[in-house]
Amino acid sequence: MLPEQSRIRNFCIVAHIDHGKSTLADRIIEMTGLLTDREMQAQVLDNMELERERGITIKSQAVRIVYQAKDGQTYTFNLIDTPGHVDFNYEVSRSLAACDGAVLVVDAAQGIEAQTLANVYLALDHDLEVLPVINKIDLPSADPQRVKDEIEDVIGIEAQDAPMISAKTGQNVEEVLEQIVARLPAPQGDPNGKLQALIFDSVYDAYKGVIVFFRVREGTIRPGEQVLMMATGAVAEVVEVGYFGAGQFVPCDELAAGMVGYLTASIKNVKDTRVGDTITHKKDPCDKPLPGYKKVNPMVYCGLYPADGAKYPDLRDALEKLQLNDAALQFEPETSAALGFGFRCGFLGLLHLEIVQERLEREYHLDLVTTAPGVVYRVHKTDQTVIELTNPSNLPDPSEIDYMEEPIVEAEIMVTSEYIGAIMDLCQERRGIYISMEYMEETRALLRYTLPLNEIIYDFFDALKSRSRGYASFDYEMKGYMRSDLVKLDILINKEEVDALSFIVFAQTAYERGRKMCEKLKAEIPRHLFEIPIQAAVGSKIIARETVKAMRKDVLAKCYGGDITRKKKLLEKQKEGKKRMRQVGNVEIPQEAFMSVLKLDED
Amino acid sequence: MKDRISLYVHIPFCVKKCGYCDFLSGVYDERTQARYVRSLCEEIRFLGAAASGHTVSTVYIGGGTPTWLDLDAMETVLRTLREAFSVSCDAEMTIECNPGTVTADKLQMYRMYGCNRLSIGLQSAKESELRLLGRIHTPERFLHTYDMARKAGFSNINVDLMTGLPGQTLDDLLYTLEYVLRLRPSHISTYALMIEEGTPFFERYGEDVKRREAGEKTLALPDEELEYRLYKMTQYVLEENGYDRYEISNYARQGYACEHNCAYWTRGDYLGLGVGAASLAGKNRGSNVSDLEEYMRRCSLLAERGQEALWQDDAVKKLQADGFVSPFWDGVQTLSRQDEMEEFMFLGLRMNRGVTRRDFEGAFGCRIDGIYGEVLKKLREEEMLVTENGRIFLTERGRDLSNYVLAHFLLGR
Repeated sequence: MLPEQSRIRNFCIVAHIDHGKSTLADRIIEMTGLLTDREMQAQVLDNMELERERGITIKSQAVRIVYQAKDGQTYTFNLIDTPGHVDFNYEVSRSLAACDGAVLVVDAAQGIEAQTLANVYLALDHDLEVLPVINKIDLPSADPQRVKDEIEDVIGIEAQDAPMISAKTGQNVEEVLEQIVARLPAPQGDPNGKLQALIFDSVYDAYKGVIVFFRVREGTIRPGEQVLMMATGAVAEVVEVGYFGAGQFVPCDELAAGMVGYLTASIKNVKDTRVGDTITHKKDPCDKPLPGYKKVNPMVYCGLYPADGAKYPDLRDALEKLQLNDAALQFEPETSAALGFGFRCGFLGLLHLEIVQERLEREYHLDLVTTAPGVVYRVHKTDQTVIELTNPSNLPDPSEIDYMEEPIVEAEIMVTSEYIGAIMDLCQERRGIYISMEYMEETRALLRYTLPLNEIIYDFFDALKSRSRGYASFDYEMKGYMRSDLVKLDILINKEEVDALSFIVFAQTAYERGRKMCEKLKAEIPRHLFEIPIQAAVGSKIIARETVKAMRKDVLAKCYGGDITRKKKLLEKQKEGKKRMRQVGNVEIPQEAFMSVLKLDED
Repeated sequence: MKDRISLYVHIPFCVKKCGYCDFLSGVYDERTQARYVRSLCEEIRFLGAAASGHTVSTVYIGGGTPTWLDLDAMETVLRTLREAFSVSCDAEMTIECNPGTVTADKLQMYRMYGCNRLSIGLQSAKESELRLLGRIHTPERFLHTYDMARKAGFSNINVDLMTGLPGQTLDDLLYTLEYVLRLRPSHISTYALMIEEGTPFFERYGEDVKRREAGEKTLALPDEELEYRLYKMTQYVLEENGYDRYEISNYARQGYACEHNCAYWTRGDYLGLGVGAASLAGKNRGSNVSDLEEYMRRCSLLAERGQEALWQDDAVKKLQADGFVSPFWDGVQTLSRQDEMEEFMFLGLRMNRGVTRRDFEGAFGCRIDGIYGEVLKKLREEEMLVTENGRIFLTERGRDLSNYVLAHFLLGR
């Protein structure tokens, strides 16, 4: 039976990380009886293994649930879960386009945080109705009234009636459901109009092929119809349409305006379905496509290489499949003298990089070597041309370079007043330029800084957390490019330059980073039969050096009858270690070493 | 199994456990010792019958401290051994000994049952080092034991030494070496102190080992440079004094190489007797159960209900393999031809004389170059080994880096 449009609510839940968004989603699903207890695992919507492990939401997930409201009517909710991390703003934006309203979860103890603001602004940009909810009221430190006032003062939305809940215990969650019915709008759109449906996600399934997730704005879509993807021009016959059960796809007869669901079709090429594209009927197409999404550009690049060179085609396949529902992931082939054939990949941030890397390793069983991540630099050449540099190895000869620019961001950091000093010091160290400071309330301030992206991609977030004992929150936005004094730092191992280890660095920190890099590599590279100099160089000038001493003694002292098996195991281990090495010249370098630059600030 | 075999007999008892020791040994009361001796004799008789037709060419009684066992108990073991096996009249028969645990009577009894080689654990001639190691004896005690052994007629005596002790200097080690060299023992074994997990030394020096491996400054253990010098000094001093380094950690005067150990390195067949003892029988490698109670349980099962019942026991039933299997093992590994080739190389090359092409062909029916041609070429180029008149052996550098070299001979799957 199909729900009537006025009794549909399409909404998402947005929150700062750890404010309880996924827990609330779980409770709602549980309370509407969609799942039996046995099926109910913590964080139903986070069904990617990785998401559960890390306790974060990476991909947007959708689920359809049915709610019997107090007015006696039955409502259909399409709940779309969204990621909270700053790296995944793009995913949030996609989810929001499929919604009419947003439930804003705010922690009753912590109040508004940087990502709360960022997500609310995104929701308001999409003209969504925002319904605030105060969560974690069971915490001893909860101060719901303060948080309500804060929401009204800072965001400017009415919050006095906001449900005060504990998603963990289920307390007052019912009220959230009632307010969703009462305060969030029903979808608009004419079921008999010309089909206009927005693709907000897609996944690849080994049996069904490409599965497209969409929201119908106008018209109705049914199996057997010929549809046109307006941007790619691809035409396909719809095989199945349906909606999202918990962790499963439930086929149905049709999806009409206002509904959220999926379709499978005779789509051969994964590239034919582009997230943000509009689906319409081939025969009777709509006039123009829906606006789609703001295109995002990757901000962090690194090289991904298969540990086993023969797996290069597998890596390409895997990247293509991941890109299908992760439009922010970009890649193009590249080669490295040290690492062979691989891909230069672009990511939204370091977490995004890590997630992709782990998904490739877990879901596609690929063993990867990753090179140091870097940002996109702009190189202005003396011949007036400009190149966007994503791979340090491609930096032109210094004589051809007029000047270079690096990307900068405007960061908003929310911090309690006692740590303001520490955080300002941190921003200073990272070459930040102070913009402003506003007090949100007596004890909390919002700091604004301009920071080079390069300085925040590695470990800024961790540093922020540790210097504020976890009390600072952070969000940032790209602000363009700034001229900067940058140099390429090269690493020479046994006098040979290793292209995969080069990176771009702020000139004044080159010496220190070069020195640390040599120290790290010295610890990573095993002894060889000969001495190995490790050098850091800027241009032709060596700025740091370490030496891996030659191996002189490596003896198993005793070896008698009883320990022959054990001794063999030791030798096997020694041999096994070599397999995870990369041969560069006559030096074997462990794969981990290529990520050394990430660990420079650890000590 | 081949016609000639070796025997290893394990006596797991000590006066006191040393801080670095991870061998299967400990302090037990007399009743347990007596039960163990009865059990061991059961096993000896059983395996003696199973190995009838084979001649025993070497015997090694190790521990623990075998000489700590009282005279009657050891006499029972030796007598049972001589009765159960046909020990060749010229067999090398070694018994391990710690200073202060033997008497003239004991030594004479060992001689009577054919023991002709004594291995004394001295470790160090410096009193402070002995105390640090947790040894029960003093240097004087060692001299006394050595003297008694000579008087009892032992002309073939090994002295065990340790290098790389916490706080050890080059002078300290030189003192110990010279102390021992004055006695001109026929054989000297030197081991670098290993810090094994699960020992008190691991608690104390485990972190230091990591520092040393990272090439950093150490707190107590000799750092990398000093350890290397200690190791090299041992080699030079002993070689200069007429000792031949016939294996990586063993030195002997002309004609006194330990035949029993050479049997291990040339892959001779050997049967281990006693708790935890290891065997190589044809293609099968096995180790006796290492749990003392379980070992004694199997022995009494054999004594009381016979070998049929022992083979039917749940723990024993699972031991199934072609060829020789002992019901005292806790598992059996049947070596593939590849395993045997690997062992042939990494054990054989431990010895100064190395391996010969002919022996390899004799054992495996194929040319060594067909299997290891490239490895040999590479290692020869790196000056790790030499091939000369059909013999392949390590250079001095190759011996210093033996782990690196020997790992090359593993063939992988």
